Parts: sequence; C-alpha cells; structure tokens
Amino acid sequence: MAEAQNIPVGSTTAGSIAVAAESTVATRMSAPPSFDVADFPVPHGREEEWRFTPLERLRGLHDGTATATGSGVKVAVEAPAGVTVETVGRDDARLGRAGTPVDRVAAQAYSSFEQASVVTVPKETVLTEPIRIAVHGEGGTAYGHQVVELGAFAEAVVVIDHTGDAVLAANTDYVLGDGAKLTVVSVQDWDDTAVHVGQHNALIGRDASFKSVVVTFGGDVVRLHPRVAYAGTGGAAELFGLYFTDRGQHQEHRLLVDHNTPHCTSNVVYKGALQGDEAHAVWIGDVLIQAAAEGTDTYEMNRNLVLTDGARVDSVPNLEIETGEIAGAGHASATGRFDDEQLFYLMARGIPESEARRLVVRGFFAELVQQIGLADVEERLIAKIEAELEASV
Amino acid sequence: MATLEIRDLHVSVEADNASREILKGVDLTVKQGETHAIMGPNGSGKSTLAYSLAGHPKYTVTGGTVTLDGEDVLEMSVDERARAGVFLAMQYPVEVPGVSVSNFLRTSATAIRGEAPKLRTWVKEVKEAMARLSMDPSFAERNVNEGFSGGEKKRHEILQLELLKPKIAVLDETDSGLDVDALRIVSEGVNRVRESGEVGTLLITHYTRILRYIKPDHVHVFADGRIAESGGPELADKLEAEGYEAYTKGGVSL
Repeated sequence: MAEAQNIPVGSTTAGSIAVAAESTVATRMSAPPSFDVADFPVPHGREEEWRFTPLERLRGLHDGTATATGSGVKVAVEAPAGVTVETVGRDDARLGRAGTPVDRVAAQAYSSFEQASVVTVPKETVLTEPIRIAVHGEGGTAYGHQVVELGAFAEAVVVIDHTGDAVLAANTDYVLGDGAKLTVVSVQDWDDTAVHVGQHNALIGRDASFKSVVVTFGGDVVRLHPRVAYAGTGGAAELFGLYFTDRGQHQEHRLLVDHNTPHCTSNVVYKGALQGDEAHAVWIGDVLIQAAAEGTDTYEMNRNLVLTDGARVDSVPNLEIETGEIAGAGHASATGRFDDEQLFYLMARGIPESEARRLVVRGFFAELVQQIGLADVEERLIAKIEAELEASV
Repeated sequence: MATLEIRDLHVSVEADNASREILKGVDLTVKQGETHAIMGPNGSGKSTLAYSLAGHPKYTVTGGTVTLDGEDVLEMSVDERARAGVFLAMQYPVEVPGVSVSNFLRTSATAIRGEAPKLRTWVKEVKEAMARLSMDPSFAERNVNEGFSGGEKKRHEILQLELLKPKIAVLDETDSGLDVDALRIVSEGVNRVRESGEVGTLLITHYTRILRYIKPDHVHVFADGRIAESGGPELADKLEAEGYEAYTKGGVSL
C-alpha cells in the first residue's frame, strides 16, 4: 500500500476541508524541535503550524507576554497504593525524555515551569484502580510539566481532568517500559474562557501498548499535540479523540505518530461534532513511517459532523512513507453535515427535532466511545455529549 | 373513522429565486379502510402531494386545506403529523449514519405510541414483522438506509408502516425500482396493513404493475398539478391500455 506520499483526501460533503500540500512533517515546522523557547521565532500566524490558530486569543502564550501567576491551576493526584507521586525541580533527569517541544508555546511551557510532577508505576505493578489527576484552573496563568512513567510490564489507567478557568501551557510525557500497558484519558472540560495549549509525548517501549483518549468539550482555545514514538519493536498505539466544538470555540488537535521503529502499529480515530457560529475544529494527523520502520501497520481517521451553519472544520491527514516494506498504511477524513433531509426523515417518523439531532450525534460518537473500554468514562462521555446537545438545540 | 380531507390544495416550490406552482387545486378525501391509487406521468405533481402532506420544508402551501378528522394538518410540524397518524413511505429514503435500524424503529415507535414499547414484546414484534418481509435479522443492526439496496430500502419503509400502524399511509412510488419478487413482498406487506381496515392508503405510482398486487377502491389520474379524472379500478385498466397521452396532450407536459 506504500505507493504514494501525501495521499490527497476528499470531503464527502460541504464543510471546509484543507488538503495537505506537497510538504513533509519536518519542512512544515518553522523551527526544529527544542526545549528552549528562544529557538522559536514569535509566530505571526501565517506559519503552517499556526495558520489555523487564533493567536490573538492565546493570551500571550505564544509571544512571551503571558507571565505565570500565583494561583494558576491546582493539580491534585489521587493514586492507588504502589504508585509514587513526586513533585520535582526543573533539573530532574526524568523530565523531557518522551519528546521535545515542537512549537513555541510547548517550548515556552518547558522553559517556564518551576516544578514538575512525576508519577511512577513500578515494573510489573498492575493497577486495578485508575490514577486520577485533577487539574483545576483558578483563573490565573500557569506553565506545567507532568511525567507518567510505567516500568516494564506495569499496567495502569490514568484519567486527567481539566476543569475551571485558566491560561495553561503544559506538556506531558508518557514513558512506557517494555511490555507496559497504559491508557490515558485526558478530558478538557474547561470553562468557556480557558486557554489550554500543550504537547503530549508518548514513548512506547518494546511490545508495550499505549491507548490515548483525548476528549475536548470546553475552553475558548484548546490546542493539543498528541505525539507518539517507539523505543522498541512491537509497540502499539491507539489514539482516540472526541471533541464537541460549540459556538465561538477553537479546538485544535495536531497528532504525530512517528513510526521510527520496525513492527509497530498505530490506529488513530478522532471524531468531532460542531455547532454554532464560529465554532472551529482543526485536526492535523501526521503519520511518518521512517525508512527503518519495516512491518509498520497504521491507520488514521478523522470524522466531523457539522450540526449547524457557521461552523468550520479544517482536517488535514498526512501520511509520509519512506519504506515500502510495511504491513499497511491508510487514512481517511470526512466532514458531513447534519442535513435537513435526515431531520425530515426522522421527524416524519414522529421523532421530535431535538431528539432526532440527539439520535444522530449519539450514533456518530457511539462506535468511538465503545472503543474506550472504561465503563465509567464511557457513561460520562455519553452524558456530556447529551448535555452539550441540550445546551444548544 | 379517520378521514383525510384535501381541499383546493395549492403548493409551490422555490427554484432559481422564483416561485413555481406545482399543485393547482387538489381535492381528495381518503377514509380509513379505503385505498386510493394516484397515477400520473412524471412531473405531474404526485410526489409533491406526498411530501406536502408530510410537511417537507421545501414545499410551500399557498392555498387550500388539509384536515385529518377535522384537525388542521398544515398547522402541524412534521413530527406532529406523523404522531397524528400520517405516514409517508418515501421514494428515496434517507441514510442516517450511526443510527441502527433497531434503535430508529424503537425511537419512532415510542414517539408514535406515546410510550416506549415493552422490550420483550417489541423485540418479538419487530422480528416477526421482519420475517414477514423476508428481511434477515442482521438487518436490525445496520445503520438506517446506509448501503441498502433499492429493495431493502422499500422493505424497510413497509416494515415501518407495519409497526407504526398509521391512520393514513401515503406510499410514494414504493414500487419504483423493484423487481417482481421484491414488489410482491412489499405489496403483501401493504395488504396486511390494509386488511386491518384501519388505514386509509394513498398509493402513488407511475405504473399499473403494482395494482395487480394491491387492488385500489379508487383510481385518480393526476395531471398538471390536479386530479384530472377519478374512477374505479377500471380506470387503471384504461391507463394500462392507453397511457397518459389523453391527459398530457394539449396541456404542458412537465
């Protein structure tokens, strides 16, 4: 299947679809990755990696003017026995091992945080209860760094909840030892005034599996970089995402799966619903299969459901393949409109309009929600989707 | 006894910034237990009548009345009409991705009946209705109309007719695109509902073929936005022999 690069993608219906131009993951960035904010020029908005983002709403995170305030965010970690939770200084050697900041805000976060939190699950420890991390915005500005490390053959579920109001730039490292299994659910349930920018780096050990569920409902601007690389063969990554972009919200997910190691797999599924004027969702899905990564099997998909006029989607899948010796590679992107004919059909069977909309949106997300595999998270998501629909229909 | 009364119905559509009148004064009374066939050439306005009765937003009623047992149907929203007992089997049923047939049917039955059907009897009811229409049980798990063949779409429409038990059923070209086997299965479904004596049926068709399976009490010829002639079943035989030329020549063939 490795016959083409930058496979163009089409849109099934109305809605804005951008198609990746001839470029590569590396050349599309305005500076190489770095931990130092000084290595990145202040973006002006026309750069490939910034062109969809409303810089003027980042509250200075991008140009060095956002200063941390005393009461930025409160972080509370609730961990079962056997897990070590530490607060460490900037010089701790365990920070920054899963990936390097790729844009100015991620580098700003790395250059600015004063303390980091390190959560460690020792090798061969299999947790039966999730680790819960509550990040609550107290109305201020904050920079943060978080590390979650699993030793060899350890298994854990981490649920990170973001609530309240904050201007937050923070990076998270997930380091998986050989054969480890980690599921991370990151819920962005911010107040509608919050700004949250961050990079999630996962480094997946030999035969380890990483499942990421990114759920974005809130915020004025949320811009996340979920990124994956492999430290050994046999690694598996599943990256699921779900967003519900309301009036005026900007929600941007920029993914990279770096197949740098042979015989690893990745499966990316992101689905979003949009409603209301100026609702803007951006999905960038980069998959890079390096020359050494023989036997790679990867698929990525983005689906959007536009519920009302005035919403905008930019969906850019991009697959770069440097070896023909792979098991499979594919991608798909489609943006559909909840159209009047569907509404008419359901209503002509007696179903009231608001219920008809709920039925379609629930159906749209159901398949994805079922793949999460955590009953309480699934129930919560369904309830949240219902609430989002109630709030606006 | 439920009665649908259409009086001097005028309906327009907006096209290219101009309003075009499609229905030009339709008069028709359909009573529970009766079957009316509406036959006519393409473009005569048959489907416009069907969609206008169901309340499709594309069509604007500019004059006349439609009542069901005296209640003003035109005042009702699309879902209210369905709950009042008007059912439209569509010529082109719409795909609803992500919504399974079983979920759709149950949601619809709950809305129409005013309460959720008891799960055990409901499952049995659906299963039996599907078996009568020669539908595989796996059909219930597919998404509504997604990837359905023409015949599957029509069987699915008639399945809904059987389950929702409307007072007035409007069947818009249900026979189009069906092979003889599918036509027979679909017609048998319609006849089962008719035999209850509780539904008034408005059978809209271009062809006389379906009338071999579903025997109408009344046949109306539709031409240029109104009923040009009404009669008994013998009128269909005349159309079979002579075609629609008598109704279109001299007038504008749309």
